[in-house]
Amino acid sequence: MEEIERIPAKQKLQNVVAAVYKDAQEAKDRGEPVGWSSSKFPCEIAEALGLHVVYPENQAAAIGAKKGGERMCENAEAMGYSNDICAYTRINLAYAAGYEADEKPMPMPDFVLCCNNICNCMTKWYENIARMHNIPLVMIDVPFSNTKEIDDDMVTYMRGQFDHAIMQMEKIAGRKFDEKKFEQACANANRTAAAWLKACSYCQYKPSPLSGFDLFNHMADVVTARGKKEAAEAFEQLAEEYEENIAAGTSTWKYDENYRIMFEGIPCWPNLKALFNPLKERGINTTAVVYAPAFGFVYNDMDEMMRAYCKAPNSVSLEKGVEWREDICRENKVDGILVHYNRSCKPWSGYMPEMERRFRKDLGVAVAGFDGDQADPRNFSEEQYITRVEGLYEIMEENKRKKEEGNK
Amino acid sequence: MAVYTLGIDVGSTASKCVMLKDGKEIIHKSLISVGAGTSGPTRAITEVLEKAGMTLEQLDGVLATGYGRNSIEGVEQQMSELSCHAKGAYFLFPSVHTVIDIGGQDAKVLRIDNDGILENFVMNDKCAAGTGRFLDVMARVLEVEVGDLQTLDAESTKVVGISSTCTVFAESEVISQLAQETHKSDIIRGIHRSVAGRIAGLAKRIGLNDDIVMTGGVAQNEGVTRAFEEELGHKIHTSELCQYNGALGAALFAYQKATK
Repeated sequence: MEEIERIPAKQKLQNVVAAVYKDAQEAKDRGEPVGWSSSKFPCEIAEALGLHVVYPENQAAAIGAKKGGERMCENAEAMGYSNDICAYTRINLAYAAGYEADEKPMPMPDFVLCCNNICNCMTKWYENIARMHNIPLVMIDVPFSNTKEIDDDMVTYMRGQFDHAIMQMEKIAGRKFDEKKFEQACANANRTAAAWLKACSYCQYKPSPLSGFDLFNHMADVVTARGKKEAAEAFEQLAEEYEENIAAGTSTWKYDENYRIMFEGIPCWPNLKALFNPLKERGINTTAVVYAPAFGFVYNDMDEMMRAYCKAPNSVSLEKGVEWREDICRENKVDGILVHYNRSCKPWSGYMPEMERRFRKDLGVAVAGFDGDQADPRNFSEEQYITRVEGLYEIMEENKRKKEEGNK
Repeated sequence: MAVYTLGIDVGSTASKCVMLKDGKEIIHKSLISVGAGTSGPTRAITEVLEKAGMTLEQLDGVLATGYGRNSIEGVEQQMSELSCHAKGAYFLFPSVHTVIDIGGQDAKVLRIDNDGILENFVMNDKCAAGTGRFLDVMARVLEVEVGDLQTLDAESTKVVGISSTCTVFAESEVISQLAQETHKSDIIRGIHRSVAGRIAGLAKRIGLNDDIVMTGGVAQNEGVTRAFEEELGHKIHTSELCQYNGALGAALFAYQKATK
């Protein structure tokens, strides 16, 4: 029998994301309500109600990567938004106001779903969209966690908000909440998360069967399609492909793997090549990113689900954030850490100096920081970045030399 | 036979060369006050080679550093200014553990181990406040030479607060102080404290270990080193070769590579 060629997981995941946007546009064309959702709003609720949603963060990243970020940011600034505000926010608010973006068009919203676990700028951002379009805002508020674990009061607070959000969304959808569909969406999200974590875990292998920059590219997939069966299947295939790479001694990283680093923060989407090239030239593979624990969360019941949604990079305590990162640094055997001081993300970048200090003390690895932005290219300087990467590389070289001399 | 190596430091505002004999003796140096993208690097190299009566090919090793390190014809070895400043400072001060380098457009603090090896570093963010360029701009507004800043600072009787957040805003503050007829020396002292305050924040982040050495052109300004000593509570060591420190480190690395 003729063997059918397997579609690579990367392509399948791209197709899943494309389908999310296509389906939303078709729903809009049929007159159904379409929502805009923050990346870590519980997608399971919309899935259970058959509501179509698209993702402004994902759209802004795509516009940024396709060089539309500066134009859209300037449009938002002309509307009166400060350039100190997150570039994703500026890009999306400009789009919401009617500035076109052929780089990644999406239907205008009939409702917005906001969960501020990912950041608090989100709250004002979504309030602005809701006011601009005079549409309902469904809000799930996640207070910052001062403790490492999420306490029961927080779970109760979250449960109350989930119930309220479901009622609001039932009204928007014009149908009752379907428990069975909800359970299915939860099962899909758990499958996706487990497969995503598994795929990310293969960075532990030396050499790694993947380039860490692949994980950045899969962010769109894990954000937009977590609750979909097709996404779960494609992520499971992705993990299998990495397993095959390990068995065959191959990798999606096509260069020497002289050193392994953690890349801290969201990449500069408009400058991905500029970020990648100095690493590639020196054989520095990214084998750790903090996205895995941030978006790979598995839960077994409703309480665990509440706790899972309380855990995002900007809503957990410094102690938890350090633990996440140091765990993956140890597991994935990094020689150094490159920290993106992201001008768009003040909360994330704000605690990095202290995290840097802890990384140096606890892990004893070289750490270098650079200034940049996730979507506004005006905040990145390539030359300054190269100098910092070179410095990091030279320290890793020295550390390696000292280690080799010590072993003699 | 003697080993001759050359280190070239092409910064944003100046081009410096240091020639070493046997990795120990500085035999020639040159400095041209324009940097990357200008005729500066070529002129600095020509000058030092003329002094030595040698050609580039006759040297045993040549290594470039600084922002313009990758654009010098005929020079194939490069290293970052971070490692070169660490190397140079260790050569000048073997007990160094912290280097504060303020260059034309960036500032860095380096942590160095007992063997003079760069262990870690922090650099300024994308803003040029607190760098050499910041002082150039302030000197221009005050209508004084950069070289006179330290003398005027010494005449100050009180400190005027100048913000270090932004070069352009700091310039406005200086203009405003001048309009209020504040004495120039007091403004200058305020500017120096502003530079020291900003960079001290970086230094404290990475941890301060004596001896602390300051390098780069700004280290020639005693007003700044005094302000650092007040801010950090540590003695700051400098050398008359501070501006050549990156080039010196490059020449030392060139020697290390040539004799490997």
